[in-house]
This record gives sequence, structure tokens and C-alpha cells, in this order.
Amino acid sequence: MNMLASYLTLAAVLFCIGLYGVITKRNAIIVLLSIELMLNAVNLNLVAFSKYGVHPSLTGQIFSLFTMTVAAAEAAVGVAILVAIYRNRASVNVDEFDELRR
Amino acid sequence: MTVFAEYAWLVPVFPVAAFAVLIAMGRGAGRPGAWIGTLATLLSLILSLCIAGERISGKAEDYSAHYHWLQVGNISLSAGYEVTNLTSLMLVIVTLVSFLVNLYSQGYMRDDDRMPTFFAYMGLFTGSMLGLVLADNLLTMYIFWELVGVCSFLLVGFWFHKPEAKAAAKKAFIVTRIGDLGLLIAILLLFWYMPNHALDFSTLHNVFATQSGVIATGITTWIALLIFLGAVGKSGQFPLHVWLPDAMEGPTPISALIHAATMVAAGVFLVARTFDIFQASPAAMHTVAIIGAFTAIFAATIGLAQNDIKRILAYSTISQLGYMMLALGVGSMPAAMFHLFTHAFFKALLFLGAGSIIHGVHTQDIREMGGLGRKMKTTAWTFGIGALALSGIPPFAGFWSKDAILTAALDKQPILFVVGAVAAFFTALYMARLFFLVFTGNPRNDSHAHESPAVMTIPLVVLAVLAVVAGFVQTPFNGWFAEWLTGDKAVEHGSGLVMVVSAAIGLLGVYLGWLIYAKGAIRRDVVSSRMPGLVKLLENKYYIDELYHLLFVKPLYALGKVLNAFDDYVVDGVVRLAGQSATGLGRLNARLQSGQVQAYTLTALIGLVILALAIAGRRFW
Repeated sequence: MNMLASYLTLAAVLFCIGLYGVITKRNAIIVLLSIELMLNAVNLNLVAFSKYGVHPSLTGQIFSLFTMTVAAAEAAVGVAILVAIYRNRASVNVDEFDELRR
Repeated sequence: MTVFAEYAWLVPVFPVAAFAVLIAMGRGAGRPGAWIGTLATLLSLILSLCIAGERISGKAEDYSAHYHWLQVGNISLSAGYEVTNLTSLMLVIVTLVSFLVNLYSQGYMRDDDRMPTFFAYMGLFTGSMLGLVLADNLLTMYIFWELVGVCSFLLVGFWFHKPEAKAAAKKAFIVTRIGDLGLLIAILLLFWYMPNHALDFSTLHNVFATQSGVIATGITTWIALLIFLGAVGKSGQFPLHVWLPDAMEGPTPISALIHAATMVAAGVFLVARTFDIFQASPAAMHTVAIIGAFTAIFAATIGLAQNDIKRILAYSTISQLGYMMLALGVGSMPAAMFHLFTHAFFKALLFLGAGSIIHGVHTQDIREMGGLGRKMKTTAWTFGIGALALSGIPPFAGFWSKDAILTAALDKQPILFVVGAVAAFFTALYMARLFFLVFTGNPRNDSHAHESPAVMTIPLVVLAVLAVVAGFVQTPFNGWFAEWLTGDKAVEHGSGLVMVVSAAIGLLGVYLGWLIYAKGAIRRDVVSSRMPGLVKLLENKYYIDELYHLLFVKPLYALGKVLNAFDDYVVDGVVRLAGQSATGLGRLNARLQSGQVQAYTLTALIGLVILALAIAGRRFW
């Protein structure tokens, strides 16, 4: 049981670092990296629960593989958008992106 | 036997139709359009004469017809008309005076560019008065009663570019409103207490005249007094008389119409129509008599000290209406209606004559007139007849009707007779003053006075003839009028003493006026030099207006200001606060909508934290 708590704590710390990065970093690349960090925190949770959970099974670990795949796809799309924006704006500074308002 | 009475409903319809046509045509109707109004009143007059004729000649039954108007629950309201001797008499008075005034206005208002509007209003005024006269129940009457009030507002304020006219119109409307409220409450009380909620006059007669005790005496007194309050407002009795002199700001033909046929006659007519209620309550009768007698002498004394020709006549109207109320109060309804009948003619004559004078010299101040008798011959002799009739000099109409009232007063209350007689003396005196200052002596200004056109003098002549002969329908030797009006055999009680006294008083007043203002045998300032305070008091109309201003207008104005401030700061403040908070909230939200992903994320995070705290907090609640 103790092991589960430390894994979860580690995952929470990772998640918070990721969240902090998403909210505060100005460089869009770093923001993307931070999102990956948050996703990996979730993966860590899944793996931890599949090993030390109430009903341990392999399903959690397989799901974390899925998540990684999806995360890779998401990163690809994200970087593609970033490249497009960079071509338009010549900047990767998140502060300058307010397209959602228009 | 009732051929024409069935068509009585047409009498008010003609003038009202003329009103509708003239209003629809607007200013384009022009001067020929105004004849539509005159023609309509002529038609009404002819029909009224036919109705009255058949009632005088034969023993015509009272005719009434009504239709079902409203059904509320199990209470039904009807509207209808009724032709009795009393109403047919009023129909003739109203239509005759109205027609003559209409004719006269064709000359008087010729240069006014709103002439069609004037005739339209006059049509509505006449029509509503006729409706009031014909109404067979109190509710219908009340509707027309209010319409008359509206028309007087429109016509008194006809020259609304003058601030005085505007103020006078408002005053007339608001002051009569006070009385109208009384009448409305009286109608509601009657509605509440009458069996089957009946409001028609024949049922009222049955309930009250038979002393059946259906309605308690206390309630009867209240109802009568409240009805009388309505009459006080409309007929300009003390203490609600203040609007009538100010109403002189309207065009002069309107003053004639208001003072002779419509409006002020409505109050007396109302009391006469509901006379059974008054007779059932001695207290109410006393009040009517006392208010009437007081108003008669009160207004007559004010009339002595005024200098505006129309205001003198206005106060004389108030005083004469006081006589009518006095007659009603001492229980002699025929005497009151008789005086209303004769007064309508000579007062219309006097006002139209005054209009003719004003038309000629363009001033209303009698001190600036003088010597007009030579320049305006027709006006002068017709005005003279009117003045003699008003002063109660035999054999003119006013003598007989005033005599009837004084006789009735002497029978009932000798003190009221004395008051009436003194008021009659003052009446003769101020009319003599008015006549001699205006028509004799030397001209006191250099205006080129001229006689008015024939369209204005013909009505004067007609009214002058009526002012001479109208009195002979009822003399102490011939009680035909009272008999016809009430249906009872008149008790012959002509008092020679009253006749002699009232004629002597009238002659004395005129003689004194002649001595002072024509011959100069008595100095004019004989009173003002000895009692300047008294003259000042009279000139300022006993400071009644000032008193009302201090007692009612100012406190109400202050209250209005307080309420206005409350409205501005509290009510409007709440509204403004609501608006501004919505705007502020919107502005705040607009700032949140920055379009930056990170800001949105932060917001979502904060929301999540709040949610989590709320859920966690609930556990420890």
C-alpha cells in the first residue's frame, strides 16, 4: 500500500509541474513538453494502479501504451500547428496568440 | 303622445357628430367648416324645442329608454336616456344658449386660425352637457359629467400659448376634480346600498321620496353631501369657487357657454335631479342652503371691487349660483330651476356683450373703458337689459326668479332671506358700477371702438328679448312653471312684501351706483378712503387663492419634491444600480475573454480548485 502512495505522490508532483509549465511558460514548445509531462503523470498513475490497485491487472499497463500512442499523435498535431503559427507570426510566444478571441 | 321624445337621443348626437367631423377634417376645415358646428347645434335646438313643445302642450308621459351595457357577475349596468319636464327644460336652455354662442363665435373667433378646432370642442362640450341632462342613471350622467370637465379644460386653455390660460385650465380641471371625487364616492355608496344596485333616477325617486327607510338616514346624509360636493365643484360654490374667475382666460364665448348653459349649470341640475335624496336628509338641505346663501353674498362682495369686466361677471355667476343652491336648500326646486332658466339667458347676454366690448376696445379693464354707449349702441342697450335683469329690476326676468327664491327663503329661514336680499343689493350695485363705467362718461382711452358685426349682435338681441320675457312663465300671480316642472298644483303664496322689498333693493342698488359712477354725486373713494383694508380685502378676493396656495398647494408641492427626490435617488438609483452592475459584470467577463489559452487554463484550474474545496468542505459541514 505504501508503494502506491509514493507512486501517486510522484505522479501528482509531475502533474503539477506540468500544469505549472502549461500555465506559466511563454514558449509554445515548452508548453507542449509540459503537456507531455502531465500525460506521463497520468500514465504513471495507470501503471501504479495496475500493479498495486484493489484489483491488479494488466489492463492499466496496456492503457498506458495506448496513451503514449495518442500522446505521440497529439504531439505531432501540436507541433504541426506550432509550425503553421510560426510561419504566420514568426513567433512561438504563447502570449501573442489570441486567435480564440477573434 | 311622445313622438319626439323617442328621438331625444339625437339631441346630443348632432353636436358630437359635428365634433367628430371637424376633428377629422382638422385645420383644413377652415371658416366654412365651422358652420358645421353651428348647424349641428341648430338641429339640436329644433329637436329640443319640439320635445319641450309636446311636453308643454299635452300631458306627455315621461319617456325613457335604455339598453343593456355591461354585465359584471350578476350586476348589470345600463345606459339610457330619460325625457321629463325637467330634462326637456334643460335641453332647451342648453341648446338655445349653445346655438346663440355658436353663432356669435362665428364673428368673435373669425381671425383665429384654430377656428374649426374651437367649434369642434364647443360641439363636444354641448353634446356632453346634453348627454348629462338626458342620462337616466347616475353612472351615465357621471361619464358625461367628466366629459364636460374635459371640454372645459380644453376650451379654457384654448389659447394655450398664454401661460395664464394654461394655468387656468389646469386649475379648473383640478379644482372640479375634487368635487368629482365626492360625486364618484356618492355613486359608489348608492351602488352599495341601493336595492339591486339600481342607479337610475326613477328607482332613486322611489326609494328616497317614499321615505321607505331602505337606506339609513346617516348614509343618506353622507350620500347627499357627497353629491353636493360634486355640485360645489362644478357650480363654483364656496369653497371650490376659485377656478371659475380664473376660467375667464378662455375665449369670451366660452365663458358665456360655461356660465350660462353648460358646466356650472350641471351642478345645480345634479342637485335638482337627485333632489329626493336631499329631501330625505334635513342636515344636507341645511348645508346646501347655508353654502348657497354664503356663496351668494361672498361672491357679490368680491364683485364690487374687481376691475376686469369678465371677472365681475364671473363673480356674479358664482353669486347667482349661490342663489340657486339656496333655493334648493330651502326646498324649492322649481325656484332654483327657474333662476337657472332666466340666469342662462341674461348671463349669456352679459358675457356675449362683454365679448363684444372686448372685441371693440381690446381691453378688459373697466377703468380704461367709458363712453362706449355712443359707439356701440346695440351692445349697450342689450347689455343694459342684461344688467337690469341680473340686478332684479322688475319686470325683467331676473326679478321674478330672484323673487321666487327670496320668497321660498323667507318661508323657511328668515335669516337666509336677509342674506339673499343683501346680496341682491350688492348685485345691483356692482352691475350699476360696471354699466355706468363702461357705457357712460368720457372715453378713458383713445381706442377706436366700433360696433361688432351683425352675426355677433343678433344673438345679443335675441337674448335681450329672452331676458325680458323669460320671467313671465312664473310670477307670484302665475305658478305655471313650477306646476309644470313638478307636476304638483303650485301653492299660490306670492308675497307682496317680498316683491316690494326685492324691487326696492334692486332699485336702490342701481340708484346708488348711478349716483357714484355716473352722476358723481358721491365720491368714488368714499369707502376706500375710510376703510382701505376692506377694499384691499375685496380686491384680493378675501385672499382665498393665497390661503389655498399656502394650505394646499405649497405642502403638496413640497411633498411632491420629496417624492421626486425619492424617485430620483432611490427608485431610479436601484434601476441604475441594476443596469450598472450588469454592465460591470459584462466588462469583467469581457476582460476574461482574452483569447489566451493559458488564461483559460488558469481559470479552469481555479474553478476546479473551488469545486474540489466545495466538495471537500461539504463533508465537514
